[in-house]
Amino acid sequence: MRLPALRAGSRKFTHGADPAPDACRSLMFAFIIRRVLQAILVMVIIAFIGFAVQHSIGDPVRDMVGERVSLAEREALREQLGLNDPVLVQFGRFCWKALHGDLGTSYFHKRPALDVIVSKAPATLELVFGATVIILLFCFPVGIYTAIRPRAWFSRLVMAASTIGVAVPVFLTAIVLIYVFGVELRWLPTYGRGVTVNVGGWDTGLLTADGLRHLILPSVSLSSIMLPLYIRLIRSEMMEVLETEYIKFAWAKGLSRWRVWLLHAFKNTLLPVITVFGVEIGILFAFTLLTETVFQWQGMGFMFLEAVERSDTALLVAYLVVVGVMFVVINTVVDICYGLVNPMVRIAGNP
Amino acid sequence: MTHLLEVENLEVRFALRFGDLTAIDDISFHLDKKEKLGIVGESGAGKSVTGFAIINLLSKPGYIAGGRIRFEGREISRLSAEALRQIRGNRISMIFQDPMMTLNPVLTIGTQMVETVLAHRRVGKAEARALALEKLRKVYIPSPEKRLDQYPHEMSGGMRQRIVIAIALLTDPALIIADEPTTALDVTIQAGIMELLTELCETEEMGLILITHDLAVVSQVTERIAVMYAGRIIETGYTADIVAHPRHPYTIGLINSLPGLRQAGSRLEQIPGMMPNLTAIPAGCAFHPRCFLATPECRAARPELVAVNGGRQWAACHRLELTAGRNLLHH
Repeated sequence: MRLPALRAGSRKFTHGADPAPDACRSLMFAFIIRRVLQAILVMVIIAFIGFAVQHSIGDPVRDMVGERVSLAEREALREQLGLNDPVLVQFGRFCWKALHGDLGTSYFHKRPALDVIVSKAPATLELVFGATVIILLFCFPVGIYTAIRPRAWFSRLVMAASTIGVAVPVFLTAIVLIYVFGVELRWLPTYGRGVTVNVGGWDTGLLTADGLRHLILPSVSLSSIMLPLYIRLIRSEMMEVLETEYIKFAWAKGLSRWRVWLLHAFKNTLLPVITVFGVEIGILFAFTLLTETVFQWQGMGFMFLEAVERSDTALLVAYLVVVGVMFVVINTVVDICYGLVNPMVRIAGNP
Repeated sequence: MTHLLEVENLEVRFALRFGDLTAIDDISFHLDKKEKLGIVGESGAGKSVTGFAIINLLSKPGYIAGGRIRFEGREISRLSAEALRQIRGNRISMIFQDPMMTLNPVLTIGTQMVETVLAHRRVGKAEARALALEKLRKVYIPSPEKRLDQYPHEMSGGMRQRIVIAIALLTDPALIIADEPTTALDVTIQAGIMELLTELCETEEMGLILITHDLAVVSQVTERIAVMYAGRIIETGYTADIVAHPRHPYTIGLINSLPGLRQAGSRLEQIPGMMPNLTAIPAGCAFHPRCFLATPECRAARPELVAVNGGRQWAACHRLELTAGRNLLHH
């Protein structure tokens, strides 16, 4: 979990440089533009992979027509669908359609694939949201505490538990949670989303008590894979920062300990942590596959596994593209946030 | 009369897995108001550790194992954490070696100055900011209003060290401990910073402990010197006396190794060998393996500081009679 991120305090400074505020702003603007262009490039690559998958797995014509259709008719259909065009032309058409929200039609659901995904997205997003809230709620206080008091019994306990937490696979955590809180104690529901309310086309479980109760176990088990990593990351980054000269200088200035810890040290700890956060939120989406399956959570991950079982290629490709785009958007937003927190990125325009 | 700072028989150790290492071994010195003391030695002699021990800010696993440090009549080691905090950055300020690393990179200069004032004075933010501006002017920072809203990386090394000095001045301290304040800077900027520091000590009536390996700087700035070797003071006294008539062979070697007045093109003198590692300090006089005057006695018994030169100078050497009245300096 060590990143080569630009560490505050590294000696990448511009001596005597004194850029005017206008110059800073335009540099920041250039930085954002460049990140957005990079994001677009990545999306094109994702689209190409999706296209290649669809192109090489299965034959759309065979999927569409039955056994009794003649070869000539098939060939005419191929021509009509543009399947005989050069690959690049077909890819261009794929991108063009994708930009207009057409990611093909699910063979099983007999509906546009994007519609199917969109109808499943709220469940997954709320699950990821629940897990993120749990992670954010605990990783900062616990990470900071274990860095400040590495020898305290609580810190040792957390470090030992986090090793186990990282090692245990998320589905096992989920099953244990279901057994303890669902089967034995009977405190919490163990499958489904419970009562949901439709708010502007978004089925949310966050607004009902039952929905929230259903969210607890899935969120906890999803967060269990990331929370220990974050605690360890924050702890090790913070311990490193606490050894720096500027922290020693902060103590020598006679600042209160809370100010040294929570402002001077923590703000510097935050920089590499933010970067990792962007990547890891994407990984959380990947782990929803397991969590949603164990808890029968009707989200995108559950849908994806169903699509795999049904060989629903169009839906699989659409899922790939949608999740890829979400990844890229989140990462770009995180990078820009990083630029806003770190004054050095703001000036140098080069993270 | 009590001194501003009295250090008596200070001993600092580092608690390591295989046992304690003694970094500072029985050193004593004192400093009066407005006085400037230089602590000189090679890297590893224990200079910086001494500086941090004074404000009880030794990094772990270092700890004060013995001796007394009295500042303004109060015993530092008996103070509560809060009382210590009130002394740090308030009555005693520190200036660190590398201005590139001393300032927090993600906070503006203004934040880092104002917080220091607010930590020690019951004033409002506006007042603290005004005080910061005043001190920035004192260290000749151009357009200080603009600097307050800038980040450290927007400034050069020399400028940053001036800002560190301005931070040290914020609360009108009685003592400044400057740990190699010019070592990381360009030579042209070094002189300016040193001059500024000495000038401010005069005008602001502060005591100064200048920790450095640079004997030339110390001889220009300070009134008294303590030369450290392997965690002990081996020679101390008035700067003028020591520079003119050093008595300890190590001090003689240090002065001879200065390029100063040597004929152009001639080889620089150097003291043979290296400062011993703390884990393997030689028995007897720690300097004996490198000493051109060493005898079996030097290997057997550790010399204590004795008064020489009519009590104006103290040196710890068994062979002081050999260095008396002889000019062993090469220039």
